Amino acid sequence: MNESAIRGGEKRGFGARVSGWFERHLQTLVASLGRLARAPFGTALTVGVIGIALALPASLGVLVTNARALSGGWEHALDLTLYLKPSLPDHDAAQLLEHVAARPDVATARLVSATEGLAEFRRWSGLGSALDALKDNPLPAAIVVRPRFVADAGDAGALASLADALRAMPGVDQVQLDTEWARRFTAILDALRRVVTMLAVALAVAVLLVVGNTIRLDIDTRRVEIEVTKLVGGSDGFVRRPFLYGGFWYGLGGGLIAWLLVEALVLALAGPVGRISAAYGSTFTLATPDLAEALGLVGGGALLGWIGAFVSATRHLRAIEPGAES
Amino acid sequence: MIRFDRVAKRYPSGREALSELSLEVAPGEMVFLTGHSGAGKSTALKLIALIERPTRGQITVDGRSIAGIGRRGIAGYRRNIGMVFQDHKLLHDRPIWDNVALPLVILGTPRREIDRRVRASLDQVGLLGREKSVPIELSTGEQQRVGIARAIVGKPPIVIADEPTGNLDPGLALEIMRLFRRFNEVGVTVVIASHDLNLIEQIGVRRIALVDGRLAGESVE
Repeated sequence: MNESAIRGGEKRGFGARVSGWFERHLQTLVASLGRLARAPFGTALTVGVIGIALALPASLGVLVTNARALSGGWEHALDLTLYLKPSLPDHDAAQLLEHVAARPDVATARLVSATEGLAEFRRWSGLGSALDALKDNPLPAAIVVRPRFVADAGDAGALASLADALRAMPGVDQVQLDTEWARRFTAILDALRRVVTMLAVALAVAVLLVVGNTIRLDIDTRRVEIEVTKLVGGSDGFVRRPFLYGGFWYGLGGGLIAWLLVEALVLALAGPVGRISAAYGSTFTLATPDLAEALGLVGGGALLGWIGAFVSATRHLRAIEPGAES
Repeated sequence: MIRFDRVAKRYPSGREALSELSLEVAPGEMVFLTGHSGAGKSTALKLIALIERPTRGQITVDGRSIAGIGRRGIAGYRRNIGMVFQDHKLLHDRPIWDNVALPLVILGTPRREIDRRVRASLDQVGLLGREKSVPIELSTGEQQRVGIARAIVGKPPIVIADEPTGNLDPGLALEIMRLFRRFNEVGVTVVIASHDLNLIEQIGVRRIALVDGRLAGESVE
């Protein structure tokens, strides 16, 4: 017999091999989905658990994102308001504004005259006609100052010293530094975001374990098939492939369920939140995850499923070898 | 084609299945490994298929020492060996077509080619037309023939069979052995372990007799 009696494999062109590769993977992909569909109860259980595990951090994340969007509109809450002495002439007020605006730690400064202040108050308070009853404008002129370090919520010291400096300026009656609560809110959001991150990591690990365990059971029930496949020349990779796609489908299904759960949560909260924000004269509405976030959730689920299956299958398939003493 | 050089196999249980076994099977030859149950026939076949590894000695297949084939190489190596088992080892939840096609699916053979060769294989074992049956619908003899079709569908240069007729009545058994003989006649090296001496005599090829894991005698017909 000639040397090539023992062959390494089929000799085919590159194109044929690539298309063959795709065909095989597609076939396995579909076949593994079919296998899951034939055990609907078990599959639904696994997919449901994964879905809920993914939905927890995802929905918290959506709520935090929404809260941040809400607080983003409160930038003006970090502004300082300088109430000027009522006796201060307009000309001096303009000069004071120049001084304030020239400070390096001030981003912008804006003069609100007593008349403008009243108009603004009329607009926001809804006390329109009641205000007409006033003979004199009770409001002082004010300078609204936006500090330069407004983005840095932790920079409380700089803000306080700015307030002190402004208070010491001649013609300034009072400085209102009404930022504490806004900063606290931001800080709480930051803490929450960290909680979401940690929760996401913990539950991602949970998803890995759920998929890994399910795949382990799948492998156990298909032990004979795996042995036979190895006996007729199936490589570890070939034997593993259907389980990887199985994990992929579990994760993908779980991701879809999680996405639906998040959408349902936002939908359920939309009414109450709408009523709350309407009561505050705001047009804020809860935003559902955008397309990228939804794809991230579903894709992330699929990736986690694949990884969980990979780890589990690699580990457990190694233990299945045909033979042993008989 | 296959050479055992002072091969010994001791199982973890302490049982020494093979001792100092040396034998040689020429390319294109067909031989029977005979002996009582426990004589080491199955072990010898498992060593050829790399299902087990020898404790001592060297096995050469197609001029290559198979001791150097690592974990990753086993699958590729086994594709060159068609294996037939006493218990058939068919996948009972799959139709016959799927069972026979498995080695070609592993190779990534195009679908149309697989179909052609699966039918050709089934035709050779006389089961053409049963592609859609599941193993349970077939008799034991037919199931064994499916196992044989699966072993030859990849056109391996070597076919090994462990008691392939163990569960069959004499008539069917002879038919199966003649099937192996036909593959052998077209150049396949065939090694069959069997204890059925009456049957073996009717085929008329070389016999290698094992007793307690040792070579007890050879006969050339």
